[in-house]
Amino acid sequence: MLRYAKAALIPALLLPAAAMAQSSAKVTDFMLDNGMQVVVVEDDRAPVVQHMLWYRAGSADEPKGSSGVAHFLEHLLFKATDKMESGEFSSVVAANGGRDNAFTSYDYTAYFQRVAADRLELMMTMEADRMKNIRLTRENIATERDVIIEERNQRTENNPQALFGEQISAAQYLNHRYGTPIIGWMHEMEELDLDDALSFYELYYSPNNTVLVVSGDVTPDEVRTLAEEHYGPIPRNPDLPERLRTEEPRQNAERRVIFRDARVAQPYISRSYLVPERDSGAQETAAALTILSQILGGGTTSFLADKLQFEAQLATFTTAWYSGVSLDDTTFRMVIVPATGVSLAEGEAALDQALVDFMQAGVDAEQLERIKLQIRASEIYAQDNVDGIANRYGSALTSGLTVEDVQAWPEILDAVTAEDIMQAAELLRREASVTGWLLRPEGEI
Amino acid sequence: MIRFATALCLGTAIALPARAEVDIQTVTSPGGIDAWLVEEHSLPFVALEIAFKGGTSLDVEGKRGAVNLMAGLLEEGSGNLDARGFARATEALATSFSFSSSAEELSISARFLTENFDASVALLRDAIQNPRFEQTDIERVRAQVISGLAFDAKDPNDIASKTFATMAYGDHPYGTIDAGTVDSVAALTRDDLVEAHSNVLVRDRVLIGAVGDITPEQLGNLLDALLGDLPETGPLMPPMVEPQIEGGVTVVEFDTPQSVALFGQRGIGVDDDDYFAAVLLNQVLGGGSFESRLMQEVREKRGLTYGVYSYLASRDLANAFMGQVSSSNDRIGEAISVIRDQWQLAAEQGVTEEELANAKTYLTGAYPLRFDGNATIAGILVGMQMIGLDPEYVNTRNDKVERVTLKDVQRAAGELMDPDALHFVVVGKPEGLVSE
Repeated sequence: MLRYAKAALIPALLLPAAAMAQSSAKVTDFMLDNGMQVVVVEDDRAPVVQHMLWYRAGSADEPKGSSGVAHFLEHLLFKATDKMESGEFSSVVAANGGRDNAFTSYDYTAYFQRVAADRLELMMTMEADRMKNIRLTRENIATERDVIIEERNQRTENNPQALFGEQISAAQYLNHRYGTPIIGWMHEMEELDLDDALSFYELYYSPNNTVLVVSGDVTPDEVRTLAEEHYGPIPRNPDLPERLRTEEPRQNAERRVIFRDARVAQPYISRSYLVPERDSGAQETAAALTILSQILGGGTTSFLADKLQFEAQLATFTTAWYSGVSLDDTTFRMVIVPATGVSLAEGEAALDQALVDFMQAGVDAEQLERIKLQIRASEIYAQDNVDGIANRYGSALTSGLTVEDVQAWPEILDAVTAEDIMQAAELLRREASVTGWLLRPEGEI
Repeated sequence: MIRFATALCLGTAIALPARAEVDIQTVTSPGGIDAWLVEEHSLPFVALEIAFKGGTSLDVEGKRGAVNLMAGLLEEGSGNLDARGFARATEALATSFSFSSSAEELSISARFLTENFDASVALLRDAIQNPRFEQTDIERVRAQVISGLAFDAKDPNDIASKTFATMAYGDHPYGTIDAGTVDSVAALTRDDLVEAHSNVLVRDRVLIGAVGDITPEQLGNLLDALLGDLPETGPLMPPMVEPQIEGGVTVVEFDTPQSVALFGQRGIGVDDDDYFAAVLLNQVLGGGSFESRLMQEVREKRGLTYGVYSYLASRDLANAFMGQVSSSNDRIGEAISVIRDQWQLAAEQGVTEEELANAKTYLTGAYPLRFDGNATIAGILVGMQMIGLDPEYVNTRNDKVERVTLKDVQRAAGELMDPDALHFVVVGKPEGLVSE
């Protein structure tokens, strides 16, 4: 959830499964005495660095009743501290020719600046300052709460697809916070106050709950020296709570969401299954699911496109996606947009038949080989985007994974067999799914 | 606080912006096709960006949407391969091609590994020169385009863009949706697509940027292989158009909680002597950073929006000075009123010395940060050619920004900004606003 993004419409729906492999760019990691984890990704092709501070605290760590507070706090970190005036942080970054922003997800909140390499120390000075020293006023709260409400209006309330997706997640998670939107439910956002923000801040914002990721034209020694000087003096929080969350019960009944909205232009079907995430030291199932999502819904050559768009011509668009970076169980999702004249019921039946057919047909060996080739190639392409590599480390290390897990991932993907994939496909149980229909108020079902 | 601020100012004053470290070569192929190249041999792949100027603005009368549909079909079967065969072949080479079109250009972005150079070029050559345009593929992609049109017709942002464009540009290609209408797309035939192909993909309108593991000789040969057999030229470009924008408000009723407002007035061309002064003016007014006056006044002080920005829409065939804001229906009126006041203030008083200095530091410092990756740089190379710049521009651009004086900006503000002619198109159920 970017603090400010111009074009932010349904990226999650249409993005292909995120690039999977890690590159062999030079990565170094170490720990400061106060528990801050540090990762350095080196790339000296341009005199630029990206400085990112990731907190192991996201919307799924919020207390009940305060949905959206993690993201609200992210906004408030751009207000005053003991040393800086409200807004000064971004002003200083801009005045140094840099760009800064922040984003919140279920399992993390991250702040970043992209600047010329010789401004790294200035960024650390300011980021370390706001880890402990924000000074909020009642007026900050009132104004910024209006901003996040307008953000929710823009991203969600004005967008039936987003409202629909929110309902599907809520139906998927009966007992886990992933069922609550990152930005928050409107009625709870309206009640967020100074105490909500500060109690989240005091509980989670400390060095032993962070991962510092610096990428670009910098050496690990330089980062270590600067980090020890600026972050090192901040004491660890001995009372940092363990991230224990309630778990989903076994799903015994299929769930259905029917969402009607006059603004719907294109009715479609969305399917969600609860599946395991990448677990530290045990990423094999997640690797098989990752490749399964490519096989089923990774574009023109995928199984669903083949069956539903090319052969039966029952769909205008199909996709499947899975992202294993998550602290707790995540979802495997599919979307099918029926062709003109094909009802949602017919579209859903066609999707289910295609999945049955896949279980019988099994994995096409050539397709699997092509997917693995692309994974290997993506290791080369990834080196062209060092900040992307930095993002992978930040998100993985705040989602229960280790540096070793991240580095082992390409090989684990490469080792996935057809048998592993079919076994993973067994996890997509019809009786343990959520099926959503998005349609117009008068639409027939 | 004071001590810290002083230290920051010092830091800003002594630090010079990093330079964009790209060495642009101009290459002419044996067959006479020009391209820009940045050699970067540290990674074994090439990013290639190709743009054919004109894009969807070259749609033939009555065939709106033909260029867009044609571009969508370039990857759906060519040479000996059908749509799925082409996709499988690109996957087997771990290459990627993307084809898109806009009112300015038809663009092709390609990325391929050095080890698969020849096979990738052969595949791309067929997509560019020998698309099959088979009827089943046409029908499949046509359905996707029509589905997209239906989607856009219910999106407040798209409704606002279309309404503004129709008002400002009328019958000119900039005035209509370039994907066409449901009716016009439904009526397109295979012959229309073939005609669109030969009208748009022509040698004298092609611009090329290549970055990566490739030498000038290899690039020259690649250009002739990819593009050598295309027609030399195509039909005339549509004329320049002066946007017809009068002050006021147009409300488009749409039942949604947050209104989207698109606003604009006439703009300034990239070849205008005051262009950089206008860029700096816009940066201060609403250039997208948190520091802009619009962000400060509309978001930071009043919480009326999540985002507000302005931009110079200086395009190939028309220039406008545009902006956008979204606020809930009961607050959009106030947001618009604040924006109007800011427009008036900037027109009358321009910007302050301090604002200008900050905008310069930002723009000059941010410029080299853009050059971060082969594909991004290839895109920049084509973008520069698109507006007639020379390769040396990457080294002189920051000087052009630095040379702008406060007087220049005040003059540009006075001449460019026209608060009485600023028009707002508002899509939603805005309270207290009516069309005027």
